[in-house]
Amino acid sequence: MANDDSSVAVDNGRRNFLNWFLSTTAGAFLVSVTYPLSKYLIPPEVTESTASTVTLSIKPNDVKANSGQIFRFGSQPAILVKDTNGELKAFSAVCTHLACIVQYRSDINQIWCACHNGHFDLNGRNVEGPPPKPLEQYVVNVRADQIVVSKRG
Amino acid sequence: MWSMSGPTKLSSVREAKRLDNESPKHGKLWLWLDERVGLSDMVYLAKKKEIPLHRHTFWYYFGGMTLFLFMVQVTTGILLLLYYRPSAGEAFESIQFLMTEVQFGWLVRSIHSWSANLMIFAMFIHLFSALFLQAYRAPREITWLSGGGLLGLMLAFGFTGYLLPWNELAFFATRVGTEIPGIVPVVGPFLRRLLRGGNDVTGATLTRFYGIHVAILPAIVTVVLGLHLFLVQKHGMSRPTSAETGEAAKRTMPFFPNFFLRDLVGWLCALGVLAALAAYFPAELGKKADPFQPAPIGIKPEWYFMAMFQTLKLLPSHILGIEGELLGVLGFGVIGLILVGMPFLDRSPGRGKMSRRLAAAFGVVLIVYSLMLTYLGYTMSPTK
Repeated sequence: MANDDSSVAVDNGRRNFLNWFLSTTAGAFLVSVTYPLSKYLIPPEVTESTASTVTLSIKPNDVKANSGQIFRFGSQPAILVKDTNGELKAFSAVCTHLACIVQYRSDINQIWCACHNGHFDLNGRNVEGPPPKPLEQYVVNVRADQIVVSKRG
Repeated sequence: MWSMSGPTKLSSVREAKRLDNESPKHGKLWLWLDERVGLSDMVYLAKKKEIPLHRHTFWYYFGGMTLFLFMVQVTTGILLLLYYRPSAGEAFESIQFLMTEVQFGWLVRSIHSWSANLMIFAMFIHLFSALFLQAYRAPREITWLSGGGLLGLMLAFGFTGYLLPWNELAFFATRVGTEIPGIVPVVGPFLRRLLRGGNDVTGATLTRFYGIHVAILPAIVTVVLGLHLFLVQKHGMSRPTSAETGEAAKRTMPFFPNFFLRDLVGWLCALGVLAALAAYFPAELGKKADPFQPAPIGIKPEWYFMAMFQTLKLLPSHILGIEGELLGVLGFGVIGLILVGMPFLDRSPGRGKMSRRLAAAFGVVLIVYSLMLTYLGYTMSPTK
């Protein structure tokens, strides 16, 4: 009987050790596969142009009143608008709702997003439809014969 | 029980196989193959399978129809791979080439596009017929769950495939579609980056969607579809509760060849419809995507995303202090969870009339809501 008991005790010890050894090995194996795999799937950060100022290729006098156009601000689209009084304004062209690119509508003098019918006034405020936040407004300076748009602050 | 029924069952299987083997219709080749791959086992399985007959039997055809259209998708998809080039610089041009230069290129692409739509349509009919007939009740909960998984996978196929032509519509649909997970608090921005392969929708997104569309999704679908079909064979077709008792419970039709031939007739009709649609309404290509142009007026998603799209359009910017689109997306999530969790929410299906009415009411409300919003989506003026 005593012999039986001790053999059971030894077996358990050995079994526990093997269970521990196998499960840590399996765990380590899983981690060594899933860690590089998940890191691989996450795209690397690409250094984006941090330009806070952009000089447009279009001349101030070539922009018609009551019109708008998209231009590149670094890697992002932005919109330049000349209102009915001839004042130039610029905003981010990425709709604050679901990131479509907005356009200027001369019939209602508003910036409008075609995707979900969002309206912004010419101060960038979200005045109608689903957009939750105003468009980011940029500073427009006319220097000599050039339009220079820069971020605020 | 096992020791009693097991051997009896086994011996009857052997008996059936023995009779089958000894019948004079089989030649030497058949016997040779049977010994090696077990043909008589398959014959036995095919003979055993029966389809319940009742006044709702018609709805059984839509599972098989979805499967047929999926096979069309696999075939035409493989053919498209031979000409398609997955990069922002070449994708649009390669499809232009396919549509104008390659013989029958327009046909293959148009069938792929139409079959995708018809497959999703057939799948929705299959889903709602299973919902209304409460086919999800025990022991078919996992069949229902795997079906829900397949629905998600097919919608993902539709969404990723839509971007591949790299045209204006595709570009904005993907911008919006990948922005939606982005509004989920905390993990949203990470998910959006993971989906887009970067911060914006670019050529990196196209390459990523291509890999998902032609390799990752097919691999997952193979497993989930295999499980779904295996479970359908294991449990047989679900009988609606109204045909579960009495004489009605005994009426069946052999699957092979009776039901299978009816399936084939349906598939042949579907192929005819596909060919006609592809010939009269070939898939369009539109304008090449330009990340620095405004979204085109009247932009719309595929019809199966229309109800969700229109909901997001009509929701105000804030509801009780919460952003409208977040509330909308949460709503879609809850509806999806209720749908997938039906077998566990509807605890006494069939037994109480109440539960049947609740499941039916949920289905009817969902269908009516989707139809109304889809109608609005196609008829409301895009500029007002």
